[in-house]
Amino acid sequence: MSLQATTYLFVGLSFALYIGIAIWARAGSTKEFYAAGGNVHPVLNGMATGADWMSAASFISMAGLIAAMGYGGALFLMGWTGGYVLLAMLLAPYLRKFGKFTVPQFFGTRYYSKGASTVGVFCLLAASLTYIIGQMTGVGVAFSRFLGVSNSTGIFIGMGIVFMYAVFGGMKGITYTQVAQYCVLILAYTVPAIFISLHLTGNPLPQLGLGSDMAGTSVSLLHKLDLISQDLGFAQYTTSTRLSTLNMFVYTVSLMIGTAGLPHVIMRFFTVPTVKDARSSAGWALVFIAILYTTAPAVAAMAKMNLLTTVNPQIMTDSNVFAPDAQIKYDERPDWMKRWEVTGLLKFNDKNGDGRIQYYNSKSKDADFKAKAAAAGWKGNELSVNRDIMVLANPEIALLPNWVIALVAAGGLAAALSTAAGLLLAISSAISHDLLKEKFMPDLTEKGELMAGKISMAIAIMVAGYLGLNPPGFAAGTVAIAFGLAASSIFPALMMGIFSKTMNKQGAIAGMLAGIGVTMFYVFAHKGIFFIKGTAFVDSVGGPNFFLGIEPNAFGAIGAVVNFAVAFAVKNMTEPVPAEIAQMVEDVRIPKGSKAVDGAH
Amino acid sequence: MQHDSEGYWKATLGLIRNVLIVWFVVSYGFGILLAPALNNIHIGGYPLGFWFAQQGSMYIFVALIFIYAKLMGNIDKKFDVHED
Repeated sequence: MSLQATTYLFVGLSFALYIGIAIWARAGSTKEFYAAGGNVHPVLNGMATGADWMSAASFISMAGLIAAMGYGGALFLMGWTGGYVLLAMLLAPYLRKFGKFTVPQFFGTRYYSKGASTVGVFCLLAASLTYIIGQMTGVGVAFSRFLGVSNSTGIFIGMGIVFMYAVFGGMKGITYTQVAQYCVLILAYTVPAIFISLHLTGNPLPQLGLGSDMAGTSVSLLHKLDLISQDLGFAQYTTSTRLSTLNMFVYTVSLMIGTAGLPHVIMRFFTVPTVKDARSSAGWALVFIAILYTTAPAVAAMAKMNLLTTVNPQIMTDSNVFAPDAQIKYDERPDWMKRWEVTGLLKFNDKNGDGRIQYYNSKSKDADFKAKAAAAGWKGNELSVNRDIMVLANPEIALLPNWVIALVAAGGLAAALSTAAGLLLAISSAISHDLLKEKFMPDLTEKGELMAGKISMAIAIMVAGYLGLNPPGFAAGTVAIAFGLAASSIFPALMMGIFSKTMNKQGAIAGMLAGIGVTMFYVFAHKGIFFIKGTAFVDSVGGPNFFLGIEPNAFGAIGAVVNFAVAFAVKNMTEPVPAEIAQMVEDVRIPKGSKAVDGAH
Repeated sequence: MQHDSEGYWKATLGLIRNVLIVWFVVSYGFGILLAPALNNIHIGGYPLGFWFAQQGSMYIFVALIFIYAKLMGNIDKKFDVHED
């Protein structure tokens, strides 16, 4: 069977499975509209959370970014897992005891005002919409390759499918669908990794393979990769930090507290049966997430190794990369390159007209390397590989069988769809319920609320699709901005709501606005106002990364500090919190007496 | 019955503090700040700092959550505030 047919078959089968499960689970669960996780086994709930959490950014984009960044890519790995420790200890058990369904509801009650809940909705929308842009970027990559169309056509098709999926899927039965999606995506991620690890190092476990010697030699894979990277002018793989140690530190903080502040993740812990379960369910979720996240660095390093050895076939034995016949001829390039060229995400430009592919770091600062490159007649890097294609192309680069490549396509789509659907639900409930029904139109009927929810979903997809065509960065980078927005607004307000008995509404509202405001200012200065191209104004306020050399994706941590500082300053200047609210905080801290979450959504 | 809610909260914060110390040391400490120094030590083919950043910290995070959940359960029982 041809690759195209196998891919259609795998993707078709996986879609049929999700739809089948959605129909099966829907029938018996109409009464449990919101408490989907209520009587689901904690382990299954952990898998569903894993699928909800691991998006196109984790599946498609992250390993490619790690491959490009080397050691510095660890900020994604630690940032997107370490937040679960914070979530399990600082938020989940107390939010569960609190007994509300959404983050704006928590703000509205704890900070005794509709103003606080409206600000919460605004922060939630900012973070979730940015997150969806990142998903659409990833969906575009997956669909363009899978259907053999251009990237923008891929995004349009993806928009349509995500919309249908979110509207028909709804909240009902979504947990079981996500369990299936987890199984598909984790198989799709680990199977090729096992093949490649076995091939390169002889060790089937990618986590161990990454620390093993290259098959048949006594040189470790990471050491060899360091050498090869340097031969081609790239930074040493195992030590290259992201911009600076400070930037990497702040970036990791931003992703960690953003994880603990993202509404669609927090929502899952509102609906577990008990406070006790809320603590351990975060642990189960992290187990299933860690399976992918500990595989990713191996995928990254091995993909980079395979790409470099594909372009420079003799590099393993001969470090003279400048020899005239060291690179492959463009006419003899492997089939996977041809397939990816169709999508426009892989491009070759024969700058020196020798018909061979020179792939190297033309921005290297090493004068010796530059002199040698010039002497060899190299006129600049000729191959541009979009980082987002690394994972999807990885099995093709390693020449794995067609069914593995097809499986990866199905996995990438599962990751993107499950997260996009979860986010769209968070957005539509925030607009239709927390904003419209609670604030502007109290007599909205249930039917009207549902309609408003669907319309807001449609608008959200169109905005995300438009911005996905002109993305502010790679999928994982864009998603990092969403985490920054959540980190700077929602996380501090939740923390203070639980751990400070004296935080009042003025302090919380001022803190959220200041935190998200300063973060948005920094991000928009670099990436354009509302990510619209050409409106960036960073040069008029001090140049790129003007605050201590910190990049905009990492700024959420600084925004969070501003949030805390402003909140406590304003609190001390305004009237104290009412006595009954202080008592409520006291109650929330003790597990005893937790009730099932009331259905007053 | 009146619980010793002050003592309970103090015990809770103590546990959270201890877990956060380990959490910080393995990720920000070993994985970022001390990584260049630790990279002189190798386990298998891994430089140690690189291993903490891209592998080790994640395993420890998972363990930390389950340890926290277990110890927190003990504190709940000790102060008699656990759910039925």
